[in-house]
Amino acid sequence: MNTAGTIIASPWGSVLVIAAMTLVTFLCRIAGVVVMSRVRLTPRIERGLRALPGSIILATILPVVIDNGLHAIIALAAAILAMAVTRVDIVGLLVGLGTLSVIRAFA
Amino acid sequence: MSPALRPHFSSAGLRHGARAALPAFPGFIMFAAAFGTAAAQKGLSLGETLGLSAFVYAGASQMVGLEIWQQAWTPSTILTIMTVTAVVNARMILLGATLQPWLKDEPLARTALNLFLITEAGWLVGTRYHGEGGRDVGVLLGCGIILWVVWFFATLSGFFAGALVPEPRRFGLDLVMPIFFGVMLVPLWKGAKPALPWLVAGAVSLVVHALVPGYAFIIVGALAGVAAGMLIE
Repeated sequence: MNTAGTIIASPWGSVLVIAAMTLVTFLCRIAGVVVMSRVRLTPRIERGLRALPGSIILATILPVVIDNGLHAIIALAAAILAMAVTRVDIVGLLVGLGTLSVIRAFA
Repeated sequence: MSPALRPHFSSAGLRHGARAALPAFPGFIMFAAAFGTAAAQKGLSLGETLGLSAFVYAGASQMVGLEIWQQAWTPSTILTIMTVTAVVNARMILLGATLQPWLKDEPLARTALNLFLITEAGWLVGTRYHGEGGRDVGVLLGCGIILWVVWFFATLSGFFAGALVPEPRRFGLDLVMPIFFGVMLVPLWKGAKPALPWLVAGAVSLVVHALVPGYAFIIVGALAGVAAGMLIE
């Protein structure tokens, strides 16, 4: 009854799905390199790409941090301050997490 | 600045990259363990769980994938999960775009491996190194390999042991990724004017997040930042 492959049961269904997700994700991973190797890097495009890393960070964390309220904002500020002073990433991370747990313990 | 400004590859770079990835470990361990636990609760087999972590290797899409996981698949449910995966992971296109100048003279197979292992955290570590003048592609690959190993084994332990920390909120670990990302913002800072597009990106992502459900806010915000960067002289 399922000769046309309308129902694909485990385990082959799972294998197929994982392969499909892997393929789609890999295409996302390589697409940027493939496209940029065919685009001429004008000064304008270069400026856009230079803005990208910081833009991705802010676009990723700002909604999450604001959703988590004042405690998260203070913790993030403490982490950034510690990183700016020490320039050691692990110190910045620990100060951020420490600040958050201390605030939460007393709030 | 080091004299070797041309992109190159060394095994010393691999080790350097593996060490530089250390601050990303806590976030990776938390997230992968949470995924392993959620997958076990959902009834996925060990093979399915590890397969997702090893091959798809993209946390947000793995979690969303669990939501729509089926016991028996039809072409239409497979198409659905592929579409959702593509939407959640589309932001990776942007990561690759920034890496292209660094990778352009690399052998194809090594670039394919490097890109297969790309995650936001690894890309941030690599971007920081590149921003400080480093050009050794080994650093990017070393970072990618070690993070994949961490991800794989944290998934495995999460599958059997449940969440590794009983109360992650108490230690602030629920926000470990955003805080790590925020820390990595500091070495990217080159003054107020180059950071103006970041502000645009943040503002747009807040608006999109308020209006559109899902993860669209990341890619729309980031693209707004790129557009702002192109417009600002």
